[in-house]
Amino acid sequence: MDGVILYSVISLGLVAAGASMILFFIAKKFRVEEDPRIDKVADILPGANCGGCGYPGCRGFAETLVKAADNGSIEGFNCPPAGSEAMAQIGKVLGLEVEASEPTTAVVRCGGTNELAPRKTEYDGPSKCSVSHALFSGEKGCPYGCMGLGDCVVSCSFGAIYIDEKTMLPVVIDEKCVSCGACVKVCPRKIIEIRPVGRKSRRVWINCMSNDKGAAAMKVCKAACIGCGKCVKECPEKIQAIVLDNFLAYIDPKKCIACGKCIPVCPTKAIKATFEPPAPKPKPKPVENPEPESEKKDQDEVNK
Amino acid sequence: MIKKGEVVKLKTFKLGGVHPPENKMAAGNPIEPVTLPKRVTVHLNQHIGAPANPVVKKGDTVKVGTLIGKGEAFISANIHSPVSGKVFSVDPVADGSGYKVKSVIIDVEGDEWEESIDRSPDLKKEITLEPSQIVDRIKECGIVGLGGACFPSHVKYMIPEGKKVDTVVINAVECEPYLTADDRIMIEKTEEIMIGIEIMKKAAGVEKAIVGIEANKPEAIAKMEKAASVYPGTIIQPLKVMYPQGAEKQLIKSVLNREVPSGKLPLDVGCVVNNVGTALAVYEAVQKNKPLIERVVTVTGKKLTKTANYMVRVGTPLSVLVEAVGGMPEGTEKVINGGPMMGKAIPSVDIPVTKGTSGIIFMDKAEARRKLTRNCIRCAKCVMVCPMGLEPYLLEKIADKERWDEVEKLAATDCIECGSCSYTCPSSRPLLDLIRLGKANVNRIRWERSKK
Repeated sequence: MDGVILYSVISLGLVAAGASMILFFIAKKFRVEEDPRIDKVADILPGANCGGCGYPGCRGFAETLVKAADNGSIEGFNCPPAGSEAMAQIGKVLGLEVEASEPTTAVVRCGGTNELAPRKTEYDGPSKCSVSHALFSGEKGCPYGCMGLGDCVVSCSFGAIYIDEKTMLPVVIDEKCVSCGACVKVCPRKIIEIRPVGRKSRRVWINCMSNDKGAAAMKVCKAACIGCGKCVKECPEKIQAIVLDNFLAYIDPKKCIACGKCIPVCPTKAIKATFEPPAPKPKPKPVENPEPESEKKDQDEVNK
Repeated sequence: MIKKGEVVKLKTFKLGGVHPPENKMAAGNPIEPVTLPKRVTVHLNQHIGAPANPVVKKGDTVKVGTLIGKGEAFISANIHSPVSGKVFSVDPVADGSGYKVKSVIIDVEGDEWEESIDRSPDLKKEITLEPSQIVDRIKECGIVGLGGACFPSHVKYMIPEGKKVDTVVINAVECEPYLTADDRIMIEKTEEIMIGIEIMKKAAGVEKAIVGIEANKPEAIAKMEKAASVYPGTIIQPLKVMYPQGAEKQLIKSVLNREVPSGKLPLDVGCVVNNVGTALAVYEAVQKNKPLIERVVTVTGKKLTKTANYMVRVGTPLSVLVEAVGGMPEGTEKVINGGPMMGKAIPSVDIPVTKGTSGIIFMDKAEARRKLTRNCIRCAKCVMVCPMGLEPYLLEKIADKERWDEVEKLAATDCIECGSCSYTCPSSRPLLDLIRLGKANVNRIRWERSKK
């Protein structure tokens, strides 16, 4: 009996020694030299592999960043979920100065709720916006508006977007949204836009994408932008953040100061904001400090 | 000719196919005219290819047959006014899909035709035009394939150098259930169609023409066979009833036993395929100088008290046809523009008739609703019925997962969108919907690739 144990230990020990020698030499010979900075950068990145940066996964982005740093600059690269703080950290690791980028978030630009844009037809095909979009203008009859089938919800890796049961429109949860842009890419009607969060989360946007003439747009949706141009006139002369093109107004987030003057003048209430708009009369004054607690409530009210 | 009680083995295509209930209720109804509407809407993209450019403006007076849209691209077609009156506007109007397309809206005043159009009912047998002149005339008159796809017909006869054509195949299959428009014109306009086929033979420079007709149209087969006896080279070929025999690749396989390879055209196997309705339109264009301004539309449905085949001017709102058959039947859940297999449900009956409208079908709840989608049970029925030899269950899955490279590898672009797979699926899976999505994405990717 003893002999069997002894022989086994010896023979297995020899095999182990031989194998370890081979492994040792192979590891030496075929060793891949990797830049240690890649690991460091990858550690800072969130590891969500959302693709918001435009590269395959966080590690792919880290490799790109290191390569770019070797070429002298990592300007223009941004990890939307981690934000500018992480980019500054990465800059430190790579020995570069990084300019802080403005935080952004996804904004849904359609106000065609169930009440304002009633469904006239019924679609019973597969529950995918891409399929419905290729077939027809949608149940509401608006060829520009949201179809409410939730391709954006499926695309979001962060659970930051859901379809409101009452309005059947997608709602972005600001706290969760990392503005990776997955929903923007997947929306067949390009309704979702990445816009700056804005100072104190104050932002204003046109809540419609319709390029139809006023009457035609109103026929399908009571919340449509009719291209009347009242908001363009209301926007302060020095700012001129609103442009009217093809019967649709657009607020340039870079120019907009979120004064909210345009909101009350819109005849169809197609301008949406994250704060309580100023009263139209008397003399509109931009509200400086919206109460932070009531912000959510305000948004609900604007929704209505 | 098939006699009653005679057992014959009819030709058909070999791969796949289904046989849905025929429901050809309107087959016995002669073609009737329908009252002119007060206003017509003529879309400028009634064909495959580039839309026509409008050549009229608001306030212009037009007659029946006046050119209103010029097809300038290589694949495009002219559009003519189907009525006389005044142009109300040139604006985007929603088509059957609800998306807006540029259209000419005309207020109807009287019914005055262009003088160049020969409106006499006399048959004009002699073909005086040369082949190139025939093609030019077909182009001028805006003739498109009336089978449904609306491919500009003149393009088919511009045969590129190096390609040899030996047969004109006439598609009189009408394999879609419910529809009877082609059946009726074969019975009522037999002689005109025969001359149309002669014109097509001359344009293509061939001696042989084969007309494929499914065996469920015995009256049409009898009439066509009788008329064809005086035209050497024109053969009437009765075919077994099988859907989708009216697809050009399947038809070529049925009548000539030739297979069109993947990604190739009928031209590559020496064929030009045209619909029988197109043959009639070609006769009218070449012999009577009449542009394509009207067509036969079948109005049918199980609940309708009166089914009909109407001769309708292009641009007439479908609501006019609905009124003509006595209003929409109660409990109608879906109105389909085209056949039940390939047609599309429409959001409203205000949309106009186009050159490709072959029928309108009213469906009640039981017929219209999709059944509850269940899991795929891997029965492979969809594979058995696919006439293109594809694997629909697999394509659906990978298209759903957006794996476009695999969709491309599995030849989704060969799909003819006949819908046999969705029709057969015991789990009612939306096979065609997702294959169509995959096809569109593969085509988009290929286009982007070719740009690089």
